[in-house]
Amino acid sequence: MAFREEHEIHKRRFSRNIGLGLILVAFVGLVFGLTVVKVTLVGQKQGFDHVVRPELLPQEAKP
Amino acid sequence: MSDTNAFVQTGDAGFGDYFALLKPRVMSLVVFTALVGILVAPVGVHPVIGLASILFIALGAGASGSLNMWWDADIDAVMHRTKNRPVPSGRVTAGEALGFGLALSGISVVMLALAANLLAAGLLAFTIFFYAVVYSMWLKRLTPQNIVIGGAAGAFPPMIGWAVATGGVSVESVLMFAIIFMWTPPHFWALALFMKEDYSKAKVPMLTVTHGRKSTRAHILVYTILLIPVAVGAAFTSIGGPFYLAVAVVLNAVFLLGAYRIWRRDEMQAEADGYLVEKKVFRFSLYYLFLHFGAFLAEAVLKSYGLGGW
Repeated sequence: MAFREEHEIHKRRFSRNIGLGLILVAFVGLVFGLTVVKVTLVGQKQGFDHVVRPELLPQEAKP
Repeated sequence: MSDTNAFVQTGDAGFGDYFALLKPRVMSLVVFTALVGILVAPVGVHPVIGLASILFIALGAGASGSLNMWWDADIDAVMHRTKNRPVPSGRVTAGEALGFGLALSGISVVMLALAANLLAAGLLAFTIFFYAVVYSMWLKRLTPQNIVIGGAAGAFPPMIGWAVATGGVSVESVLMFAIIFMWTPPHFWALALFMKEDYSKAKVPMLTVTHGRKSTRAHILVYTILLIPVAVGAAFTSIGGPFYLAVAVVLNAVFLLGAYRIWRRDEMQAEADGYLVEKKVFRFSLYYLFLHFGAFLAEAVLKSYGLGGW
């Protein structure tokens, strides 16, 4: 026996929930894609992070 | 606004009802013109950033549509064309439409700022404010020039698209704005001529109601004449070219002829043939706008092959 009778209103709620779910998934995908693109466009960046990195030291001019 | 709480909710809304709050048909024009604004700009945009920007511009336009449906629920209920919208039909409450519109406004503006730049987001925020507050709340019920000023809201998307790509405003983006701005009055007044019952019933001061139909016909002709130099003049900027010029000359000649025929007719003639000319001009006006922006796009494509432009 069904837990409760299926009503037209349940179908409408179901469509709303599915729609919202799909939109949220698409939004997450879009923000992820945007993040990847933004980070890629900036390119490689290096900064001091408490580890000695010789390539970050200013180069002395060779005589 | 009358008491919109008077609309009795008939049950839970489905997904489609919330989608209908975004005015998807208006949104399609917004998407197209914003896309053209991005693609014709001299600065390239990464496809993902372009796609995201278009989505957020469309979402912002949809948000203003939802706010408009919240405020205008009383008008929508008496107009035949709009009485089945989600709020007057009782599928969505007015409060839900307001909340939905406000939430989407915030999301769309913040996300456009993150995806593109602050200028584009600022223009989108101003567009939403202009449509929801200046047009819907203030001018629509106050002046018969409501369509003229309200048309600015629909004219911003290509300018926002251009701002997404370039981060600025230029002559080209102002001209794209001006084309839609000047096109809106003759387009809507042609519609108002054959949808007369609706606007009178809703007590919206459309030009047809306040100044009469003869005056409206004259207004259509005058605005069409003012539109021509803007539409044709855009051919001589960096987004135009010989192809655009040819398309614009033909389209404007046909539109002007239609406006002239509307002006020449009186109500007797219009009633006799069921507003045939007015309906034709209204339908043509849709193609007019689509083809102008299509021609901008074609020029951009031709330029990429070294053919377009002057």
